[in-house]
This record gives sequence, C-alpha cells and structure tokens, in this order.
Amino acid sequence: MDWLVQLLDSNQIFTTSTVLHYWDGLVVTVQLVFISLIIGLVLSLPLAILRTHRNPWINRPIWAYTYVFRGTPLLIQLYLIYYGVTYIPGIQESVFWFIMKDALYPALLAFVLNTAAYTTEILRGAIVATPMGEIEAARAYGMNFSKTMRRIVLPSAFRRALPAYSNEVIFMLHASAIASTVTIIDLTGAAKDVYSQHYAPFEAFTFVGAIYLCLTFSILFLFKRLEKNLLAHLAER
Amino acid sequence: MLDLHGYGPTIFTGAILTIEVAIFSLIVALVLGLLGAIAKLSHFTPLRLVATAYTTLIRGVPDLVLMLLIFYGAQIMMNSLSDWIYYQYDYDFYINIDEFVAGVATIGFIFGAYMSETFRGAFLAVDRGQIEAGIAYGMTKRQVFFRIMFPQMMRHALPGLSNNWLVLLKTTALVSLIGLTDMTRLAKEASAATREPFVFFIPVAIIYLLITILSEWGFKVIEKKYSAGVIKG
Repeated sequence: MDWLVQLLDSNQIFTTSTVLHYWDGLVVTVQLVFISLIIGLVLSLPLAILRTHRNPWINRPIWAYTYVFRGTPLLIQLYLIYYGVTYIPGIQESVFWFIMKDALYPALLAFVLNTAAYTTEILRGAIVATPMGEIEAARAYGMNFSKTMRRIVLPSAFRRALPAYSNEVIFMLHASAIASTVTIIDLTGAAKDVYSQHYAPFEAFTFVGAIYLCLTFSILFLFKRLEKNLLAHLAER
Repeated sequence: MLDLHGYGPTIFTGAILTIEVAIFSLIVALVLGLLGAIAKLSHFTPLRLVATAYTTLIRGVPDLVLMLLIFYGAQIMMNSLSDWIYYQYDYDFYINIDEFVAGVATIGFIFGAYMSETFRGAFLAVDRGQIEAGIAYGMTKRQVFFRIMFPQMMRHALPGLSNNWLVLLKTTALVSLIGLTDMTRLAKEASAATREPFVFFIPVAIIYLLITILSEWGFKVIEKKYSAGVIKG
C-alpha cells in the first residue's frame, strides 16, 4: 500500500483525500441506485399485475401513474419532491420531518417512484406476452389465479423482462447523477467538488466518467450471465 | 385560478427555449446518428472502431457528467487557447462558451450515439435484394442510398427514433444545470422566490407531458406515411 500512498501524494489532483472523496461518492451512488431499484421492483410487481386487470377502474389509474412518471423529466420529479415536502402543511412538526429533512430520502423517494413506473411497464409487457395456451393449461389443471401467476406466468415473465430490465438498471445508474443537484455528494457530486477545488474539469469529470463506465460494464456483464442461465432455452444453436 | 405571481410569461419563454434546445439537439443527433451508423457499417476498420468507441463510451456515462465535462472543459480549453494566442501573437482573442451551444452540442452528441444504434439496426433490416436490385438498375451508390435504403430504413427506425426523441426531450431539463434559463430553471427560481414549489413545478411537468403526447401523436402520423404498402398482421 505504501507505493500507492506515495503515488497519490506525488499527484496534484488525485491525492489521497480526493480519491477517498470519490470513494465516498461511489458508496452513496451504489446505495441510492441499489435501494431504489429493490424497492421499485417490489412495488412494481403488484402494480404490473393490477395493470393487466380487465377492470378500467383498476388498470387506468396505474396507467396514469406510469404515464406521468415516464413522461416528465426525473429532474422535475426530484425538485417537486425535494422542494415540495418542506411546504406540506404540518410536516415540519411531524415525525416524517426527521427523515425528510435529509436530502437523501426525498431523492430516494423520487428515484423509487420513477423506477417503479418504468419497471411496472416492463413487467406488464412481459406478463401480457404470456402465451394464452399456457394459461389455459393452468386453468385446465384447476389452478386458481394466484397459483397460475406464481407457477406459470411470473417465472417466464421475469425471464422475458430481463433484457429490458437491465436497460432500466443502467438508466437508473445514469439518472442517479442528478442527485448531486440536491446537495447529495454522490459520484458526480464528488467530481463537482474536485472540479471546483482544483479547477480541473477534464481530470475530475473524465475520472468519474470512467468509474461510471466500469459500473455500467459490470452491470451489463452480470445481466449477460443471468440471461445466459435463465434464457438458455432461447439461445442460438 | 392558478396564481403564477406574474411568472407565467417568463415560464412560457422558458418552455419555448426548452423546445428550441430539444429540436436543435435532435437535428445534431440525427446527423451524428446517420454518420455513426454509416461508419459502423463501413468496411473501413478504423472508421468502424471510432464509431464503436463513440457509441459505447457515450452510452456508458451519465448525460449529466458528459454535459459538465463538455461545458466546463470547453471553457478551460477556450481559456488556454486564448492565452496561447495572446502570448504567441499578442492578439486578444476570446470567445465565451455559450450555454445554449454547449447544451445543444452535448445533448446532440449523446443522442447521436443512441441514434447510431437505431439507424444501424434499421439499415440492416433493409432487404439485401432491394440494394442489389438498385445496383442492377445501374444506380450509383448515392442513388441507392437516397432512393432505396433511406426511405425503407426510416420505417424500421421510426419506433426507435420516437423513443429516443422522448428521452431526449426529458434530458433537456438538464441544461438548466449549466445555466441555461429553460423552464425547469425558471420554475426553480420562481418557486424559491415565492416559496410555492407545487405551483411552478406541476405546470412545467404538465408542459413536458403535453409535448410528449403531441409527439406521440405526430410520430403515429409519420409512421403511417412510411408504412405505406406494408401489410400489418
């Protein structure tokens, strides 16, 4: 490790402290993206199933939710939640204020609502694409709705949704950069700090771009592995 | 009635600016995308490598990071260029990097990469026999491209194009972060001044939604035109 410390100390911009600053940013970015993806996925599953419901009173509101969140910029959604929560009457006296006054939670809320909207539509597409014969077969076996979903529809729908979902994960990683606009020091926020400290935009932003690139490729690699395992029956031979 | 505290007209001009940024970047992206797709399909290896590097690198990095890199980086490059010219030729030369140009260039540059992929797939979807037929008629390469490849390619490219356009439109909100007074920035300033964020951000969100709805409708019309003669199953 000594050589690394020496190398960093001889560097003007990438000193030990800036590299650690980037590291902290990386941790924040990964946390933000990972937590919002997990919660978004959990939320989107029931929403996607309800979105395929025949009753318009059930599927229309969910359609409206996904349409609005997919049709407006994430930056606006973030601003709306981040600046908006402060002005909800009575929130400053309630217990929620303790959570919401930190910038991290409004950002997390915005990201969760956004990714849930996209994931709902991805899952819905996959559920709708289930061949009718499979559902008829399940009915013929006497399975009820929840059993059909659990055993027949969802396992294959998840597989079909995988390629589109990997895009959504990368989209979320890239979108998380705007968290830096509401005082969160994520990777981009760290790069901004380094830029303003040393007035070196090329070094600061190219370095952070390279980190994002590595993250993107790791995600792609993981999903390729998953697809290879789960979609083996669709592989070219 | 909605009280915008007199900010209504300002936000309207911001909306116009947003649309301008979106349309100009779309033009840049379309040109870069076509060039990128042609480069990717060319038989000349260095060209293909450059195009592949371009699309891979750009699509792997967040747009905000690229925007900051290009905007601040271009500023620094301009500074050192003007210093160099001053020392060498004793001539005072300086161009301020315009936010509008920087924003349009960055968004166009980013979406050029996405467009390249769309166009590449669309070009590959054109039946090989069509091109051979064109050559058999004695058309030049240029004629084959503009008369046969391009019109048929557009039909395959349109779904991807409309998707890219909708993402591009939402990305224009980011130009507010490099100092351009588009409607996102104006709404932010107005809500900070009046302490009423909902009053300003919700109308802005609705304007974005309206543009989305309008463009979805517009693309349906164009798609109909380019799918003339195609039997839908």
